[in-house]
Amino acid sequence: MTSWKKRVVQIVLLLTGVAFILYGASRGEVEIVLSKAVRICLECIGIG
Amino acid sequence: MDKKNNSLSAILSQFRNWIQMAVTILTNIHLPNFFNGQIYGGRAKMICVPGLNCYSCPGAVGSCPIGSFQAVVSSSGFNYSYYIFGTLILFGVLLGRFICGFLCPFGWFQDLLYKIPTKKLSTKRFEALRYLKYMVLLLLVVLPVLVTNSLGMGDPWFCKYLCPQGILEGAIPLALVSDGIRSALGALFTWKAFLLGLVILLSVVFYRPFCKWLCPLGAFYALFNKISLLEMSVNKGRCISCGKCVSACKMDVDVTKHPNHAECIRCGMCVKACPTDAVRYNYGFKKRRKSI
Repeated sequence: MTSWKKRVVQIVLLLTGVAFILYGASRGEVEIVLSKAVRICLECIGIG
Repeated sequence: MDKKNNSLSAILSQFRNWIQMAVTILTNIHLPNFFNGQIYGGRAKMICVPGLNCYSCPGAVGSCPIGSFQAVVSSSGFNYSYYIFGTLILFGVLLGRFICGFLCPFGWFQDLLYKIPTKKLSTKRFEALRYLKYMVLLLLVVLPVLVTNSLGMGDPWFCKYLCPQGILEGAIPLALVSDGIRSALGALFTWKAFLLGLVILLSVVFYRPFCKWLCPLGAFYALFNKISLLEMSVNKGRCISCGKCVSACKMDVDVTKHPNHAECIRCGMCVKACPTDAVRYNYGFKKRRKSI
C-alpha cells in the first residue's frame, strides 16, 4: 500500500471509529455496557 | 530525531515486562474487592480497556471489549454495537497488536508462564492453527449477532464457552471468597477451567498459544497491523541481515521481510536483538526514512 493511501485509510478509520462511538453512545449502548459490567457475568465465570 | 526514536524503541522493548505488569495492575486496581467478593460498580466500567480483561474480575476498572460487544448484541435492545465496534476500530488503528504485546493482562500471564524453565517447543509447524482465531472471531463473536431468540436476545458465546480469562480473573477469585458462587459452579465452569488449564500447560512450552491460535481480540487487532499508526520498521541502511531479529521473534515473524505482519504483537524482541538498532517502532502520520 502506498504511503498516501495508507494515510487515507488511517484517517478514514479513525473518523469511522469516532463516529461509531458517538452514534452508539447516542442510542444508549453505553448504558447497556455499564449495566452488564457492574454485575457479575454468570456466563463469564461459568455459572451460565 | 533518529537517536531519540531508537532510544524510545529500546526503552519500550527493555521495560516491556514492567509495562505489562503496570497495565495489569492499573486495569484491575480495585484490590480490596478480591477479599470481599464484590466487583467494581462505578461508571468507569462504561469504558473498554484494550486487552482481554474480564469485567467480572473483582479488581476490573473497565470493560472487556469482547464481553461488552457480546453484552450489547445479546440484549433485546440492539443486535449490533456501534459503540464497542468503534472503540475496537480506534484501538486497532492507533496501536494494532501492540495491545497484545504490551497492554493485555492475559498476554502477560502467558509470558510469565513461558518463563518457567522447561523445554520449549516451536510453533512454526502449527502455522495453520493461526487461522483458528479468525474462525473464533467469526463464529463465536460475530455469528451470535445473527442468532437470537424470539425476544431478540442472544448468548455471549465466546465469553460463555471459550474465554479462559473469565475463569482466571472472575470465577477463581470470586469462588475463593464467596460460598454462594462456589456452590453455583457447575459443568460450564468445569469445561472452562479445563480450557484454562490447557492454555496454562501449553503456555509453558509454547509461546502465547492463546494469542496465536484462539484469541478473537488478537484476531481483530491483527487486521489493523498493516495500517495502524504504530508500526515496526527496519532501516535498510543499518540492517546487516544477521538474522538475530528472526531468531528472537517468538511469534514466528521475519520482521525484515514483513515488518507489520498480522502475527506481530509488537513485543520488541527484535528491537532488543538487533545489533545495529535497525529495527524500531514508529508512530504517527509523518513520512519515514526509507526502510525495508
